This record gives sequence, C-alpha cells and structure tokens, in this order.
Amino acid sequence: MSSEQKSMSIIVTKGSLDWAYPPFILATTAAAMGLPVTMFFTFYGLPLLFKKLDLQVTAAGNTAMKMPMMGMHMTLPNLMTAIPGVDAACSVMMKNLIKKKGVASIDELRDMAVEAEVRLIACQMTMDLFEYGKEDMIDGIEIGGAATYIECASQADINLFI
Amino acid sequence: MADHTLDAKGLNCPLPILKARKALKEVPAGGTLEILSTDPGSVADFAAFCRQTGNELLEESVDGSVYRFLIKHTSS
Repeated sequence: MSSEQKSMSIIVTKGSLDWAYPPFILATTAAAMGLPVTMFFTFYGLPLLFKKLDLQVTAAGNTAMKMPMMGMHMTLPNLMTAIPGVDAACSVMMKNLIKKKGVASIDELRDMAVEAEVRLIACQMTMDLFEYGKEDMIDGIEIGGAATYIECASQADINLFI
Repeated sequence: MADHTLDAKGLNCPLPILKARKALKEVPAGGTLEILSTDPGSVADFAAFCRQTGNELLEESVDGSVYRFLIKHTSS
C-alpha cells in the first residue's frame, strides 16, 4: 500500500451498454488496488443500479463506432440507425463480442464492485424525476444528492465524470 | 513453486487484476501467487498493480501467447 491512502469518486451519467463499462472497470480496479471508491449514479446512469439490467447500445449519433465483421470493420450509416431493430441487432452483436473476447459483463463487474465495498449512491432527484423507488434498486445502495457527492469528492484524490 | 496459481487465460481487462486481488487474499503474507494470462495489457497492469499496492512482482515471463507473473504477497 502507498504511504498515503488515495481515494476515488465517479459520477456515472450514462447507462448504455458501452458507457456502463468505463465507470465499473475503473471502480472495481481502483478498489482492487486499495482505493476506497464512491460511485454516484445520476440521470441515465441511474438504471445501472436496477435489480435487472437490460443494457442496449445505439449506433445513432455514434459516428466513431465500428464493429469488427468478417475481418473488416463495419460502420453503420447514421440514417440506418433509425430503422427499428438496428439498435437491438447492434446490442446483440456487442454482447456476443463481449463474451467472445473474455470481457466481463456489467452484471459481473457490478457484483464485484459490491463485493469490494464500493460505495454506490443513487441520485434522489433522478429517482423522483423518472419515478423510481429504492425497491427498483439492488440492495446495499445509498440514496443521496449533490451535497452528498460534493462531500465525498472534496475528500477524494481522483474525481471522474463519466 | 508458487503457493497459489490463478489461471486468468482468456480473460480481458480488468478481470485478471480483479481475480488476482481476490486470489492474493488467500495467500498468506510472504507467500507467492502465480498468474497466467493471455491479455497483453496485463504486462503493464500487473506492474502498476504491484507498484500501487506494495506487493512485489518477483518474476514475469512470456511463453507464446501466455504471460506469467509471480507476485509476492507483501502487503494487504
């Protein structure tokens, strides 16, 4: 352990399959490296605390997204992303890649975060705004607001907004 | 010979590190953990992990596509 204890906080604002990875990867890894970690889930990041995760990825507006396919990298014209079923197909494709490449699922990373005692805070305002209750969330989370986060962030060495 | 061996082959970032952290808890202080990985990123990551946590990276080698690390459990 380093001489001084570092800590980290992450504001999680996005809940799509692709954007769910960076916060959970960094939180679990930091915890494994001995840092106390707090994750604050707000707006579209809040559903990442739901008991049942149903994560999707969309190619819409995601112009840099290229999927490996038959030895090439395929990009999807933006207009096509509006066609019903395209997002679902993209999500299935991404989930297959995740499995094939030995990348952890978000469920798995979240379980590891809970196990590593990462502090998980659901944003109260977001819960009110989108009409969610604590019963929708996994056990062991806290509920808090901006002041709760600021108190935590003011004591942390690394504060990320994802 | 290592006290424990962790087979992390086929796993991608950050699973080798997360599983190593868990496995290290089962190794008594002063004991060693051997990790086998196929993730090329684990070379830089295990070095960083050891620097940060204070555990000692005793050996690292590569055999074909398999990386091997030997970590001494010197710190909680």
